[in-house]
Amino acid sequence: MRNFIERHTFWAIVLLLVVVLFLWMIFAVWPDWLVEAFGRKKTFVNTLLNGVTLGGLYFLVASGFTLIFGLMRNVNLAHGSMYLLGAYIGYEVADRTGNWFFGLAVAFLAVAISGVLLQVLIFRRMANDDLRQTLVTIGISIIAADAMLAIWTGTTYQFSPPDWLFGAADLPIISVIKSSGAAVYIKYPVFRLVVLAIAVAVGIGLWIFLNRTRIGMMIRAGVNDREMLAATGVNVQLVFVLVFAIGAGLAGFAGVIGGTALSVAPGEDIRYLLASLVVVIVGGLGSITGAAVGALIIGLAEQFGLAYFPTYGVVLTFLIMVVVLAVRPQGLMGGRG
Amino acid sequence: MDSRRLFSGSFSLKNIHPAVLITAVFLVAYPSFATDFFIFQIGAYSLILGTIALSLMMLAGYGGMVSLAQLTVAGLAAYLMAILGDNSMGVMGLGWPWWLTVIVSVLGAALFSTFIGAVSVRTEGIYTIMITLAVAVAFFYFVRQNYVLFNGFTGFAGVEPPILFGVYWRDPVPFYYLSLVVAVGFFAAVSYCARSTFGLGLQAIRDNPRRMRALGYNVTLHRIVAYFFSGIVAGVGGVLLVWFNGRVSPGTVGVDVAIDILVIAVVGGMRHPIGPFLGAIAFVLLENFAIDLIDRERFNMVIGAAFLLVVLFSPDGLLGLWNRVRDRLRFRGNAQLSAERVNKDDPASSGSLEKS
Repeated sequence: MRNFIERHTFWAIVLLLVVVLFLWMIFAVWPDWLVEAFGRKKTFVNTLLNGVTLGGLYFLVASGFTLIFGLMRNVNLAHGSMYLLGAYIGYEVADRTGNWFFGLAVAFLAVAISGVLLQVLIFRRMANDDLRQTLVTIGISIIAADAMLAIWTGTTYQFSPPDWLFGAADLPIISVIKSSGAAVYIKYPVFRLVVLAIAVAVGIGLWIFLNRTRIGMMIRAGVNDREMLAATGVNVQLVFVLVFAIGAGLAGFAGVIGGTALSVAPGEDIRYLLASLVVVIVGGLGSITGAAVGALIIGLAEQFGLAYFPTYGVVLTFLIMVVVLAVRPQGLMGGRG
Repeated sequence: MDSRRLFSGSFSLKNIHPAVLITAVFLVAYPSFATDFFIFQIGAYSLILGTIALSLMMLAGYGGMVSLAQLTVAGLAAYLMAILGDNSMGVMGLGWPWWLTVIVSVLGAALFSTFIGAVSVRTEGIYTIMITLAVAVAFFYFVRQNYVLFNGFTGFAGVEPPILFGVYWRDPVPFYYLSLVVAVGFFAAVSYCARSTFGLGLQAIRDNPRRMRALGYNVTLHRIVAYFFSGIVAGVGGVLLVWFNGRVSPGTVGVDVAIDILVIAVVGGMRHPIGPFLGAIAFVLLENFAIDLIDRERFNMVIGAAFLLVVLFSPDGLLGLWNRVRDRLRFRGNAQLSAERVNKDDPASSGSLEKS
């Protein structure tokens, strides 16, 4: 962080100013001219929160994607299918047992196991041929999408999490002050805040796992130089399996979280695959921090695009990707390149 | 240099294989014995899909850049046809003359392809597939959301080819010949291009970009120009596609269709321009007659499984399979010779030859 400020003082100042501006826009009561320029404050704050929470969800999906890529150089294009599979399995379990948390856990485990199977049965057989591995994941995602359509049909499913996770909370942010002088506070769905909290927790957990544990050290070493790690006597295949399990499991986990916050339907696999792709392209492949930054940017861009210029929202996301690729092809946080 | 010998050595009339002649006669005579359904829905459609897949084969086979956005490029041409020309939806439809519409659509598609190339060639290898996939998905969502230009979810209908020389070009037989001429033309162009200096440079860049850069080649420019050419091929394919369907909607440029194009190219084989057409014929036949074998709903399952099997067991597609069968039938010495030749053509595929 200090390094960044020293090297890019100008950008650090710009970033700081933007953050201060946003904070002021969140907490201050808007004067009339600002309302005229931007619409109601409620829209702005809600959009901002939606963007941040969506970013959290994207981070959950993309972190697994980027983790797998970083170590194995394998672009797992079946990642979206894993998200959807997790959502369906979680739904089934939660529906049968009536326990949402149980569904969450089972979805994580089941998709992690499917990831392990994928790694052991297929990827191990074609190591060092990343294009073929990627093509295989495309084939798998076609079959998986069709199989899921056959089993769960085209219906949209809605989770029912515990009541205390639902409903809306008053935020300590004043929307407008009525003429009577009473302040109106902004309400926001609790579950979306929970999504954000989970994303932050997972992010911190991953960081600790990668930077403070022995296995994490092995994974980081593998990202830098796979052959050398194997030469030092580490069973690289085992590390691969573990990383694949965590990455896939996170996708399944995100499936339940995302399915609860929004809904589960066919086609979501492509949506979240796109999100993971753009997030890791923007953030930098193989970097967890990059995934966090990218997810935040893309989530915000998507929500602000949706709220302020609806028909061109996608273009904004796409533009960000193009600009990043033009300026920094390896992504914002990508090291090599 | 070596390239001269290669260039002049492999293009003489004597070298034309009898199988090529038989295929040519078959293709020209096809409408005389086939029903309208087979001429239009199978014949012309295979040729169109083959042309679009050919643009991918060009990039992937010679340039080593697997782009998933080729259908998106074709789709843009199709949309431009509807926007600039006539359609029956009452949105846009600027009513330009047909020849101008076609030229602008194809050029627009080629420019779009160049742009995709410029964005994606800055990164290498596996990133290309991700970036082009992101472009394809973003384009799909964009045309679905945008009602001002692209008429959103419904898209456009009533896009007709012109009536020229008193022929209605959407009738099965004229349309088949139109597609055939386009397909054969591009097939020849790509075959020629592969042996030109540019094509050889591109293949060398595929095999070793660093060495080519050291030799003084502009690697980035070669790649971007390849994207431009493939954009023209895909764009013309898109024009034919919109004439074939008479309509274009977000479903036309959906991700599943974009992946179908990849499936066609991979299943057919990426090493020779004939591959995409073989793949397209197999795909269209399967699409039309899989109903007899299995449930119509599960068509994607069959396609996905076929694709997976090809990728897992014969990375060179149907072409590679054919080569292997042929090698086995020949004498051992001959087989070894041809295996060596194939090896020299594409070192990346040597993995598949070990098994045979």
